Amino acid sequence: MARIDLDHIRHAYLPNPSRDEDYALREVHHSWEDGGAYALLGPSGCGKTTLLNIISGLLTPSEGRILFDGRDVTGLQPEERNIAQVFQFPVVYDTMTVADNLAFPLRNRGMAEADVKARVAEVLEMIDLGAIAHRKARGLTADLKQKISLGRGLVRADVNAILFDEPLTVIDPHMKWQLRSQLKLLHRRFGHTMVYVTHDQTEALTFADKVVVMYGGEIVQIGTPQELFERPSHTFVGYFIGSPGMNVLPVALDGARARLGAQSIALPGAAGATEGKRTELGIRPEFIQLGTAGMPVSIRAVEDIGRHKIVRAVIEGHELAIVLAEDSSVPADPHVTFDPAGINIYADDWRVKLGG
Amino acid sequence: MDKSWNNKAWFMVLPMLLLVAFSAVIPLMTVVNYSVQDTFGNNQFFWAGTAWFSDVLSSSRFHDALLRNLAFSGIILLIEVPLGIFIALNMPRRGIGVPFCLVFMSLPLLIPWNVVGTIWQVFGRVDIGLLGYTLNGLGVDYNYVNDPFDAWVTVLVMDVWHWTSLVVLLCYAGLVSIPDAYYQAAKIDGASRFSVFRYIQLPKMNRVLLIAVLLRFMDSFMIYTEPFVVTGGGPGNATTFLSIDLVKTAIGQFDLGPAAAMSLIYFLIILLLSWVFYTVMITNDAKG
Repeated sequence: MARIDLDHIRHAYLPNPSRDEDYALREVHHSWEDGGAYALLGPSGCGKTTLLNIISGLLTPSEGRILFDGRDVTGLQPEERNIAQVFQFPVVYDTMTVADNLAFPLRNRGMAEADVKARVAEVLEMIDLGAIAHRKARGLTADLKQKISLGRGLVRADVNAILFDEPLTVIDPHMKWQLRSQLKLLHRRFGHTMVYVTHDQTEALTFADKVVVMYGGEIVQIGTPQELFERPSHTFVGYFIGSPGMNVLPVALDGARARLGAQSIALPGAAGATEGKRTELGIRPEFIQLGTAGMPVSIRAVEDIGRHKIVRAVIEGHELAIVLAEDSSVPADPHVTFDPAGINIYADDWRVKLGG
Repeated sequence: MDKSWNNKAWFMVLPMLLLVAFSAVIPLMTVVNYSVQDTFGNNQFFWAGTAWFSDVLSSSRFHDALLRNLAFSGIILLIEVPLGIFIALNMPRRGIGVPFCLVFMSLPLLIPWNVVGTIWQVFGRVDIGLLGYTLNGLGVDYNYVNDPFDAWVTVLVMDVWHWTSLVVLLCYAGLVSIPDAYYQAAKIDGASRFSVFRYIQLPKMNRVLLIAVLLRFMDSFMIYTEPFVVTGGGPGNATTFLSIDLVKTAIGQFDLGPAAAMSLIYFLIILLLSWVFYTVMITNDAKG
């Protein structure tokens, strides 16, 4: 178990990167606290897997250093870093039994056979594979194979960190839920530093204490699920987290008011210097009240998704999603008001603090 | 639920059946025909029953040729399979070297059999051949024309040169189909180079290796052109394999009956051995 520091890491797969766009990881400077459970969330191709492989040592970064508990490990091979990693698609050693698969990382490190047996038995119980312990891994279903992969990730008790690269992609939905809860339980019990890569926000939000959102090779926000929801620091976080995502409307700022077409919206405070930047107002569908007072909107569609309704509206020529309680109805002359607590202002996609 | 059976569908098989009949069954039947008859020429044939079969099976000439064939196939499999795996493992998996290696490996496979034979026939000659002349110049007493051992070495080396590529290419196809994640996981698990080979690469090559072994066995057991061009079956009968012996009997001596019987026995041996290989390897495969 260790604290992991990423010291100004940049990585390019090209030999001679010159522009920022050449980098798969533009710049990551971040610390993973010892014993933290992190989710690394972002769309495909944003650099999540690259970052994970840099931590585990499968990739050496083009620039920057990696420190485990203050010790520089940038030049060390994965086996010297003592890291466990679980991959997106199941990796099992076909010709070995399930139990031998789990024992493999231990035996490679020269652990005494009695200890190996005990540890393997423990992990078999954790992932509930005891019944097929002596079957060959070949021919098992993808779910079971991935469980074996997970088990191999968990089998070494002394690892510095366990990295998960979208490990539940191939698993059935109901089993996903079980395994995720189990991982969380294991984290509480053993306190390993865990980094969990995913592009599924539900997975990220339920697994992690802290969610790290990546976009275009950079970390755009690190925060608790609640922070990500209420105060997205980048418009991408707003879009990506929440369903539907945050409404982002182009506005002109005028002190503590924002002008959207003919409408003027009161802000909780005045924004700082935003001259020359593209300014936008972000508000989540949950913070919009639909009623008969406020700004007029026209309704395009109402989607009933069970727990609530999503109203697709148009305000001043811009699309607006509104969450409406299941038992409410859409008024004949629809107007909306924005809850000031839910308003965020963005300049060139980055959130600006509102004073006052 | 009742299914209605429509036997007209069998007509669909008819074209295939005709094709197989003309390409395989009917030609084979002419051999069967010869194998049970005797002739004194003049196109007059007499029923001979199983006489030719018992003759062939009890002749020491046939036994010797069969043993030579088994030894030949055994030795080339023992060389070509490990060597092929070794080369495939050391070929680059990406980059500019890949097409270069693939073309280089394919070259021997593109050369016709009798040309391969001619190349080695000339290459090994002690008077003008680069190999034979050099070896003798270095003081090695090498002469495939007189010495049975040298003749065997030449034929074996020639086959290795010609066919190892096939094993290499098949193994390589198996190797490149292994996803990177396997190697990454092995690194994370701290696996040694040998463990990676034993638990990742070899299991993934299993199926293609089965095909490689089968193909190489059948081909080497039927080998004719190359040794015929190089040694003509000699010195003496040292490199007379079954196929060479068969041609000698059929066309050299015009003993059509014994030759036909021998062909059938030869065919059944190949069929039997291939089946044994296949069954053994498939069973191993299932056991994992």
